[in-house]
Amino acid sequence: MASFYGTELTSPLMLGTALYPSPAIMAEAFKASGAGVATVSLRRESGADRAGQDFWSLVSDFGVPVLPNTAGCHTVKEAVTTAQMAREVFGTPWIKLEVIGHTDTLQPDVFGLVEAAKILTEDGFEVFPYTTEDLIVAERLLHAGCKVLMPWGAPIGSGLGLNNLHGLRTMRAQFPDVPMVIDAGIGLPSHAAQAMEMGFDAVLLNTAVAKAGDPVAMARAFGLAVEAGQAAYDADPMEPRDMASPSTPLIGKAFLE
Amino acid sequence: MKIILNGEARDVAQANLAVALEELGYSTAKIATALNGNFVPASARASTSISDGDLLEVVAPMQGG
Repeated sequence: MASFYGTELTSPLMLGTALYPSPAIMAEAFKASGAGVATVSLRRESGADRAGQDFWSLVSDFGVPVLPNTAGCHTVKEAVTTAQMAREVFGTPWIKLEVIGHTDTLQPDVFGLVEAAKILTEDGFEVFPYTTEDLIVAERLLHAGCKVLMPWGAPIGSGLGLNNLHGLRTMRAQFPDVPMVIDAGIGLPSHAAQAMEMGFDAVLLNTAVAKAGDPVAMARAFGLAVEAGQAAYDADPMEPRDMASPSTPLIGKAFLE
Repeated sequence: MKIILNGEARDVAQANLAVALEELGYSTAKIATALNGNFVPASARASTSISDGDLLEVVAPMQGG
């Protein structure tokens, strides 16, 4: 299994902690999924109810690395400041860097992303950049110091799966040694399995589990899917072909005319 | 003095950020702070002053994807 900034995960499933019906269901879903990473965020805390403190105590018990995000940040300055605060609160140099460029599609602002990635890497962060499948942007991110790439499958929360198979396949082939995570847009376990079968090193998802009718059962399904996809990739799948090829041998077939 | 804490006006008696955070109910909480848009590390709170009209952001762990 690939390592991310020197850390080997117990599972290639990175699971988000938002949108669950309750904290108890979130905790159960994590257990059922066997996820190797929990993604988290930062929000304003009130001195009166201190809601974030309870959440943190719950997530700490999962016993997996946390990956804080800069979700909702639209500028480099906002993303960098959020990353600095996240590093202090969560005690990790990991940051899932999101610089959002478009409100309806939540498409990353890749120009701001590269700029923020450079600032953060120079400041000692280990950046997981939420990007597109654009190869030139990927190169710039690597040049900025990123050692992981996180191309989107489809827009965040859309559940559409892998929208651009050709682009993702090309990206995987272009940077064979860079650990890569498909982040966002995954709606079904089959999408997650497909990403793993293509040789991606992990998948990151949240809504597909949290918004399922039974989040705990769906979490388990995703855990099985990434395991199956990884095993299939390791088993070296056959090449597809356009024409049929009989699987049952013709030699020795009875002559019945 | 009046500051804007997480977008809402608040009266604070203490001008020292570390002490003001205690006054505002954050003692021992796992939080991070930004003053007027700039990150203030925990180690710098005791040597940071706040003034009338300052924008203080206090954040904590929250659910995220």
